[in-house]
Amino acid sequence: MQRSWRQRFHLPAVIGTIPMILVAVSVFVIGIGFSVLWSFTSSKLFPTYDFVGLAQYRRLWADSRWLVSVNNIWFFGLMSISCNMVFGYLLAVFMDQRIRQEDLFRSIFLYPFAMSLIVTGLVWQWVLDPNLGLQAAMRNLGWSSFSFAPLVDANTAIYALVVAGIWQGSGVTMAILLAGLRGVDEEIWKAARVDGIPTWRTHLSIVAPMMKGAFATAFVLQCVGVVRVYDLVIAMTGGGPGIATSMPAVYVIQLITVRQNVGQGMAAATMMLLPVLVVLGFSGLVLWRRNRRQEARV
Amino acid sequence: MTAGQITANQPGQDALEHAGVAPFGPKPRRVSPGRIGIYVFLVIAALFFLIPVYIMIVTSLKGMPEIRLGHLFSLPAEPTFQPWADAWLHACTGRDCNGLSPGFYNSLKITVPSVIISIICASINGYALTFWPYKGANLLFGLLVFGAFVPYQVVIYPLIIGLSSVGLFATLPGIIIIHTIFGMPILTLLFRNFYAALPVELFKAARVDGAGFWRIFFSIMLPMSVPITVVAVILQVTGIWNDFLFGIVFAGRSNWPMTVQLNNIVNTTTGVREYNVNMAATILTAAVPLIIYFVSGRWFVRGIAAGAVKG
Repeated sequence: MQRSWRQRFHLPAVIGTIPMILVAVSVFVIGIGFSVLWSFTSSKLFPTYDFVGLAQYRRLWADSRWLVSVNNIWFFGLMSISCNMVFGYLLAVFMDQRIRQEDLFRSIFLYPFAMSLIVTGLVWQWVLDPNLGLQAAMRNLGWSSFSFAPLVDANTAIYALVVAGIWQGSGVTMAILLAGLRGVDEEIWKAARVDGIPTWRTHLSIVAPMMKGAFATAFVLQCVGVVRVYDLVIAMTGGGPGIATSMPAVYVIQLITVRQNVGQGMAAATMMLLPVLVVLGFSGLVLWRRNRRQEARV
Repeated sequence: MTAGQITANQPGQDALEHAGVAPFGPKPRRVSPGRIGIYVFLVIAALFFLIPVYIMIVTSLKGMPEIRLGHLFSLPAEPTFQPWADAWLHACTGRDCNGLSPGFYNSLKITVPSVIISIICASINGYALTFWPYKGANLLFGLLVFGAFVPYQVVIYPLIIGLSSVGLFATLPGIIIIHTIFGMPILTLLFRNFYAALPVELFKAARVDGAGFWRIFFSIMLPMSVPITVVAVILQVTGIWNDFLFGIVFAGRSNWPMTVQLNNIVNTTTGVREYNVNMAATILTAAVPLIIYFVSGRWFVRGIAAGAVKG
């Protein structure tokens, strides 16, 4: 009896993983629990336990800044993920054509990812500066009607963010998808060629479905990045002009620091957590059912 | 180009080698319009990635009068390194005009201990999860993986409250703890996958010889973990150096890392905007991760790929 207990709770293993126990339980269970709890209170600068039900959520969804943020994150997410995937895939396909200087191209496509999103944001802020950046340079070259200043217009600022996001992240998508392409058996290509299938058709109908894993990896990586986009917005637009490029991640931080409205901030944070929970729960369910079916078959 | 593709590309190679007539020199290629198209696409894409940094570098070497002329792409007429010196020593954030250098040292003070502590924790975690799974260990691991997907904003406020209740909010140890916490999910996964791929006989043999938890870890597992540790170090150094959100929230004014200082210098609203100094400061901030990227080469890609397989 004593022995089996020791096997189940080998003391050094438990001691060695105390940091993990602390982090997993206190941050990712208790911490999130408190965030959700405080979203039902009227907390201002400091947390209180004066429960007000769903009032904070009602105020949140009546706040135009939050509504703009939610719209923005959907728009930014869809635009940047789809552009990133398409551009990354194209780069990977072109890189896979047995080109010369492959390592050089790879380094060029990937290096922005090594830099901070703050750096990326500042670089693009400078390039798109209406008075001294691209617009001024083109006008100086003689194209006096050239107008390209997306950052100062509330309607276009978010496109600038998308471009900067693609600049920073599509190299990674390329690297992951290229690894996926290289993992496809060369025989598939030969067979398709023998059957007279055009190359683009082979890519779309045969090879792309075989790269499901690589696509999923790149997609998940993009999604996590999009939900957390904060640095880029702060460095490039600061959420402006006005509130045009505010995002949920920026909104939450503003509420708990500048506007000192923790209750509503936590309500917004809980809303950010919700889609993550739904997606994780759904994929967990799919995995679980697949495992059970496999076990049943065995 | 992988070995498999080379052989698939040149089916006759084996036969030739057997006949003693090994081919030499690069395989001659025909230049078709398709191939030109491929290179045109790749070069345009490369320009898209390179031009912003080119602009950054030339701007940082110009004087302000030259910048105001608005010739974004032209090379500096009178190259000057003064903006770089200013960025390092004199650039202003509000009232302090000490440049970026305090931020650089702060980043060092934050990054080095954070990387060491988080990797020690994660390697022990991965080892314990693989070879000494106790009851509930996998549940904890599941929670950690869940944590890898949680938006930071959800846990930031509870962490602020938690750290201030023990007096560590806005201190150097505080920010180090934060980086250790948020590095743990991905690093633990990395080490766990690495140890799980090792032959279990190695562990069993050591157990038979009477080695315990720590002995096996230090004498057997740790010496074998060099490759995965290199990947983890690259991942963590670049990640922590580039961090902005945790730095601005948890480090406190006196420990603000380089990224926060940079943003303050560039997006400051007071005074005349010195674009050349801003660009020099931006390049200086990006320098450390870029050096790591170019030195580590393929290890860096491997780190991303390893970090990506959490799904």
